[in-house]
Order: sequence, then C-alpha cells, then structure tokens
Amino acid sequence: MTIQVKVVERPIEDVSYMRATVKGLALTLKHLVDPHKVTVQYPDERWDISPRWRGTHRMLTTEDGKAKCVACGLCPTVCPANCIKLVPGEDEAGNRYPLVFEIDEFRCIFCGYCQEVCPEEAIHVGRHYENAEYDRKDFVYDLERLTAQQHPVCELWDPADKSGE
Amino acid sequence: MMSTGLFLQIANPQLDPSTGVFIVATLVKMVIIFTIYMVGVAYSTFAERRVSAWIQDRHGPNRVGPQGFLQVAADGIKNFMKEETYPGYASKALFVLAPGLAFVPAMLTWAVIPFGSPLPTPWGRIDLVVADLPVGFLFTLAISSLGVYGIVLAGWSSNNKYALLGGLRSSAQMVSYEIAMGMSTVCVLLLAGNVSLNQVIAQQAQMGWNAFLLSVACLIFLVAAFAETNRVPFDLPEAESELIAGYHTEYSAMKFSMFPISEYANMITASAMMATLFFGGWDIPFTQWDNTGQFTVLKSFLTFGAFATKVLFFVFFYIWVRWTLPRFRYDQLMSLGWKILLPISLIYVVVIATAVLVLDMAGVTRGPMFGAVLFMINIVLMGALLFILDRGRLISPASSRLDRVRVERLRNVSRGRRTLNHPADKGA
Repeated sequence: MTIQVKVVERPIEDVSYMRATVKGLALTLKHLVDPHKVTVQYPDERWDISPRWRGTHRMLTTEDGKAKCVACGLCPTVCPANCIKLVPGEDEAGNRYPLVFEIDEFRCIFCGYCQEVCPEEAIHVGRHYENAEYDRKDFVYDLERLTAQQHPVCELWDPADKSGE
Repeated sequence: MMSTGLFLQIANPQLDPSTGVFIVATLVKMVIIFTIYMVGVAYSTFAERRVSAWIQDRHGPNRVGPQGFLQVAADGIKNFMKEETYPGYASKALFVLAPGLAFVPAMLTWAVIPFGSPLPTPWGRIDLVVADLPVGFLFTLAISSLGVYGIVLAGWSSNNKYALLGGLRSSAQMVSYEIAMGMSTVCVLLLAGNVSLNQVIAQQAQMGWNAFLLSVACLIFLVAAFAETNRVPFDLPEAESELIAGYHTEYSAMKFSMFPISEYANMITASAMMATLFFGGWDIPFTQWDNTGQFTVLKSFLTFGAFATKVLFFVFFYIWVRWTLPRFRYDQLMSLGWKILLPISLIYVVVIATAVLVLDMAGVTRGPMFGAVLFMINIVLMGALLFILDRGRLISPASSRLDRVRVERLRNVSRGRRTLNHPADKGA
C-alpha cells in the first residue's frame, strides 16, 4: 500500500475487533428484543400540540354568524409576510366590515401578529396544521372559509404567565 | 451411529433417472424450490427492513397489508412500473445481461443443496434435493464464483466511473475471499471423505456438527461468505459514501431491483451452504431419530423444518450483523483476506489433516468419539486464535502493522488504564 494513513495510537483493547464485534451485536440485539420506540404512528395517533401552537387561521364570528372583523386594517399593516388582503366596506349604519378578506396560507409565516394586533379578537391563528391542498390557489383562504374553520384557536404568549401554565 | 446401509442408500439415487417418475419428481421439486426460494428472497428484503427498524427503535414498513406483509408486492409493482433508463455510451447488451448474470448463479446453487431427508412415495424414494450430484460441493464452488461476473459486467458496461470502481472492487474482493472460503471447506471434505453434500450431512449426523468439529473453518467460512455476498461489513462494491451506489449506480427500475434481489438470493444461498456444511444440513440436533430406520413423510417434513430454521437463522444473522458493524476500509479488507484468513485456513487444513490422519492411524472409528477429539482440538485452536488475533492484529488501524516497541508501549497504556479504572486492583 502506497497510501500512508495516519496511525492513531490506541491501547490494545481499543483496537481489538472480535470483542468490539460481540459487544456491538449484543447491543443491537438488546434493542431488537427491548425496543424503545418513540415513533408516532401519525395518521392513527398524533401528538398533542401546544396550546400556543400557531397554525391555520380562523376568523371568529358574532352570535348572528357574521365575522367579528371591523376592517380596521391593522392586520395587513402588521403582517410581516404581507399575506393578508383586506378591502374594507361600510354598511348604511356606518359599521365597517370586510368586503374582501383573504389570507394566503402559503405566504404566511405563522407569527401570530394578526391575532395579537386585532382589536376585536376576530382573526386568530389556530391549533391545526393539516392544511394540504392539491392546488396552489386553494391555499388562499377567503372570509367564508376562515369563518368556517372549527379548530381551537391559539392562546398567545402571556407576559404574566411566562411558562404558559 | 448410522449403518453403512444408509450410506449406500444415500449415495445411490433411489429412482432410475430414465423413468418418467424421476422427471416428474424433479420438475415438481424444481417448481417447489423455485417458489419457496423466490418468496424467501422477497421476504428477506422485507425482513431486512423490519429487523433493521427494530434494531434502530423504529417500526419499519407496516402499512401495506397486515404488519406490512404486502410491502413486497408493492415494491415489486413499483419497480416494474418505473421507467428504465440507459446511460449514454453504455454497452447495451452487457448492461441488460448483467442483472440476470448476477441473479442466476445464486439460484443455481440451490439445485444441489439437500433440504430434507428422502421422501418415501408409492413410486419410490425421492431425494429432497433437485439434483443429487456426486460432485455437489464442487458445483457450488464453481457456481458461486460466477456471481462476480454479473457485478463486474454491470460496473463495466455502465460507462460510469463509480460503477466501474465498484465492479473492480467486487472482483478483487470476491477473488480474495473465494480462496479463503475454498480452503476452509477443504477441512469439511477431509471429514466427509466425499464431495456429495448428502454425504457431508450424513457425516455430520454421525460425528456431530462441523461447526464444533471445525470451528475455525466455520468462522472463516462465515467471514468469507459475508464478503462473497457483498454484505456489510464487506459491502465495498456499493459503498455509498464513496461510490454513490457502486456497480448499480446507473441502473433503474426492475433491472436495478435485480441487484438487491440477487444480493438477497446470494445471502439465502450462503446461509444454506453454511447450514449444510457446518450446521448439519437437515439433521435435527440431539437425536438420531431422523437419520436411522425407515424414512417417513413425517421425517421429511421435520428435517425440512430443521433445515429451514437453520437457514432462516443465518439470514437473520446476516441482517443482524449488517445493522451492527461499520464497513471496512479497502486496505483492511484486502489484508484481512490475504494476510489473515488465507494463512489461517492453510494452517488449519494442515492441522486438521494431521489430526484426522493420527486419529485414523490410532484406530478411532469415525463416530462421536472421533468428533469429541476434534472438538477438543478446536476449542484449543479457537482460544489460541482469538487470543493471538484479537490484539490489534485482526484489523490493523492503518496499512502498517504496529511494531513490537509500540505494541509494548500500548500494552503499558492499557495496563495503566486498567489500574485507573479499578483502583482495587492496584492494592492487590
């Protein structure tokens, strides 16, 4: 062999092969007969997600089923990903409401600022993450879809309760 | 003890080869063996995935069918449906031929491996072996050396540097270990006095398993079999960290799938050879019931069960080792084959030949007594071998072996560490 390999000097018992092999086989056999499985069998069982999990958005509604949103424009302003599209409207009584309210779930970074900034507690990030679609355009959630969501909403971090208890 | 009558019975074919019954029986045996073998190969891939998962605290494929048992079918369908690609400037004829060449030799070996005691039927006694060749053992050696052609041709015809390197590595490796393997089995032939595999089994039923009578040869054969089948820790031809996928880098779809299939086929064949040569073949341990007296259907079934159990154990052992050991470096592989296994097997042949000669001259009949003496010799040899070898010599940390001065220095380090770890020893 012409290639010179650097020899690291080790004590004899460290370079023995048979003992190491037997030791290794014993270790793998131990795991074989006494497994410490941590895999979650996903579709059948799921992990409990944190109450502060920020996932798919949800628009809360008033008792008569209308969105709580008053189209103040704070959430599109604060949104760092610029994923909220809001066109405000006003009815005869002078109440503002959103004509168009769309959230692009693809653009969203799920920071939760929209929920934090909302004065009416209307828009929320939710404890939900299974929002796959077959088409990119289906990721733009309109107002109807946002109000139709049923999952629990995120409890944002509370400065008075830092560890979330 | 077995009567000489049984020896003659086994040595002579029970059915006249010219009769129609012989042809029909052989065809039926071929179909059965082929079916069981292919299912076994398919399920050994599945077993590999499940066992590896269990060893690594995972679940493995458990979705397709109950406990994932249909995963094999899903994989097969996937491989057939996938697109076949051909690399540019590949030697197309050889490129297509190579997967077949890799697979066929593994299967051919099964033709001569006896898988049960002879089965009595109304038309005569049928040997449970597809072809009871008088030179069965030489046949397996010849065929198993053919397996390397598939890999070398695959590597060469792909027109890919990684594939070529993988093919070259495998040819070097297989040639090296073939020699140690052949030498280790010479001892088996010395004891059996015959190259018919049925005789080898009969000898083991009489004297005790060769694993105990020829432990060192058994160990060498085991190591060489790992190298022959390109399994970890000798999977240099497909070392993915260096060679992408080695000789099958350019293959896709079913042609790619043929290489894993042939690997598992080789693995099962090597397990069967291991069981036949060193672990008594279809012999049921701790009893002489299966090799004395009349052959019955029940005996055939039970001996087949014993054989299958042994083969399955070795398949499991292969998998177990794969998920335990890391891969050798190339120079370590070569020096292990040429500088350690080959000399040991040569010396061992001499020792065993001498022992057999001395025992024969002393008038010890070839029976349990003969076996017991050999067993004692082997215990001593194994102890000495492991004691001498397992001191940094088996796998040298680099290409150069340690010189005496440095070994002495390292021994002192070991001693120092031992007293550090166990302060009680210091006082004693």
